[in-house]
Amino acid sequence: MRDVNFGWAIRFVHMNGASFFFIVVYIHIFRGLYYGSYKSPREILWILGVVILLLMMATAFMGYVLPWGQMSFWGAKVITNLFSAIPLVGESVVVWLWGGFSVDNPTLNRFFALHFLLPFVIFGVVFLHIVALHKNGSNNPLGIDTKGPQDSIPFHPYYTVKDYLGLGAFMTIFAAVVFFAPDYMGHPDNYIEANPLQTPPHIVPEWYFLPFYAILRAVPDKLFGVLAMFAAIAVLFILPWLDRSPVRSMRFRPISKWFFWVLAVDAVLLGWCGANAPDDVWMGLQFVVWSRLATIYYFLHFLVIIPYLGLFERPKQPPASIAEAVLGGGTGAAAAAAAKPMEKA
Amino acid sequence: MRILRLAKAAVAAATIAVSASSAHAAGSGIHYESQDWSFSGIFGTIDHAAAQRGYQVYRSVCAGCHSMNLVSFRNLEGIGIPEHTIKVLASEAEIATINGDGETVMRPRLPSDRFPAPFANPQAARASNNGALPPDLSLIAKARANGPNYLYALLTGYHEPPAGMTVSEGMYYNAAFEGHQIAMAPPLSEGAVEFSDGTKATVEQMAHDITTFLMYAAEPHMDERKRTGLKVVLFLFVLTILLYFVKKKVWADLH
Ligand code: HEC
Repeated sequence: MRDVNFGWAIRFVHMNGASFFFIVVYIHIFRGLYYGSYKSPREILWILGVVILLLMMATAFMGYVLPWGQMSFWGAKVITNLFSAIPLVGESVVVWLWGGFSVDNPTLNRFFALHFLLPFVIFGVVFLHIVALHKNGSNNPLGIDTKGPQDSIPFHPYYTVKDYLGLGAFMTIFAAVVFFAPDYMGHPDNYIEANPLQTPPHIVPEWYFLPFYAILRAVPDKLFGVLAMFAAIAVLFILPWLDRSPVRSMRFRPISKWFFWVLAVDAVLLGWCGANAPDDVWMGLQFVVWSRLATIYYFLHFLVIIPYLGLFERPKQPPASIAEAVLGGGTGAAAAAAAKPMEKA
Repeated sequence: MRILRLAKAAVAAATIAVSASSAHAAGSGIHYESQDWSFSGIFGTIDHAAAQRGYQVYRSVCAGCHSMNLVSFRNLEGIGIPEHTIKVLASEAEIATINGDGETVMRPRLPSDRFPAPFANPQAARASNNGALPPDLSLIAKARANGPNYLYALLTGYHEPPAGMTVSEGMYYNAAFEGHQIAMAPPLSEGAVEFSDGTKATVEQMAHDITTFLMYAAEPHMDERKRTGLKVVLFLFVLTILLYFVKKKVWADLH
């Protein structure tokens, strides 16, 4: 950090890079939820995406332990201790993870090795994610299948140039944070060296884990808290089969659309709960009560509202083809467009 | 439509960011007056004169109890102290080394050596401080929420305790400290040091200067970081605008 040439730049890019990775991935996931990208025939693509999210979480968690600050240490302690909730073998699993009888040097060592290894695994799964994508092609905001060359445009130059623009905007924001507010998303306690004898007053994870942390703390029982936390992600795996609606995009689902935004607010609320001490009071209620309500709603959304709406909501009629929607004409125009591809040239 | 969507995403992101940061500010609930710092904002830089005075305060007052284990004498170059002065400053403290015969001997410190620590180990530090451990100050400006303003408030926060509050034996009332009882005796008193540049050594002045120095020590590359950042962000900003027009041009031939 201070003795290596440009160590400060490397550290801040790496640290904030993790946060920004989560920002884009969460946006990507919510976009997938909005446009129904998880639905048939893209279930495998979606599931691989959830696997990537899980791997990212493991990688980020282990990376956060490496600076060995107070939050690193106590975060590692809290998270590894969760495994002790497993019946019968829990305690042994924790000792196995630690490589000893407490979070100590061996733990740090193996987390370093795993933090180095897991990105390669992520890379592999990203590759599979793209292979799966190419099987059926990308979804689109209309959520309808492409019907021929008139419905799509070549990746190059259209998407390469659009992605450059996106990359440029992303890098500008990223650089602004790295250079002007590098500690904004971090916790001051992590600038204090790890001390096993002194517990910080509030142990909080990085912001991208806060919603899950809130779910964990919402449940009074340790084992069920851990189960609920993992279930919050596991439910995404079965989402393609929970949502029975034949229509993908929320553009044509007038009721689901609103529930989508309620879920987004709920996720932010969970994050807010995770960031605060459970006993503190906010708008007349303790945070632990808020997190319980938000947790219940979270599961209600996936396990009740989505299946129910999938069966009973009456969607609007999506356009027959992308070309028709773009060209705005009736069936006649669409038929005419069918003859030639999208580009004018 | 697209703008609307982007705006929504931005609002969501901002909400998350705000919730994350206010969580960190939460805690003691004590409000710290914001001071005027030379280093705040994206154009702010460390005020060398203040940081040099701050180093003088550290060396003559705080160093009696607090280590700064991550800071080397050569880091003082970054606040404008000339090299030959640094050599002298470093050599005034010795460090143990092993000579050719395998014996431990003392030699003067070099600019590449770290600041000497006042105590050999934490136990010794506690023993001389009523059982309390004076924390290492290398990163202290970053290790507290609202670091610089907190440090200033702490160092100027020694008052008579409010009526009705009893302060335990060996503790001092401090308005800024969590719990309002701190084991550190008021370190600063009017005229505790004599600044060579003639600045009057009031408690406020010294608190301001030592905080500037501690901020520098916590991130010696801060000025360089912001300077580089301006160039990088400006470049990327212009590039992104150009890319926007390229994209528009390329997509123009679509229906
Ligand atoms: C006589 C020894 C002594 C001197 C001199 C001294 N300190 Fe301290 N300092 C302590 C002790 C002991 C503590 C621990 C207090 C506690 O935990 O209650 C402490 C704690 C601190 C803290 C941490 C407060 C917190 O938020 O936990 C800061 C910052 C600090 N000192 C700054 C300074 C500065 C700056 C100076 C020089 C102007 C200085 N100290 C001089 C003994 C000293």
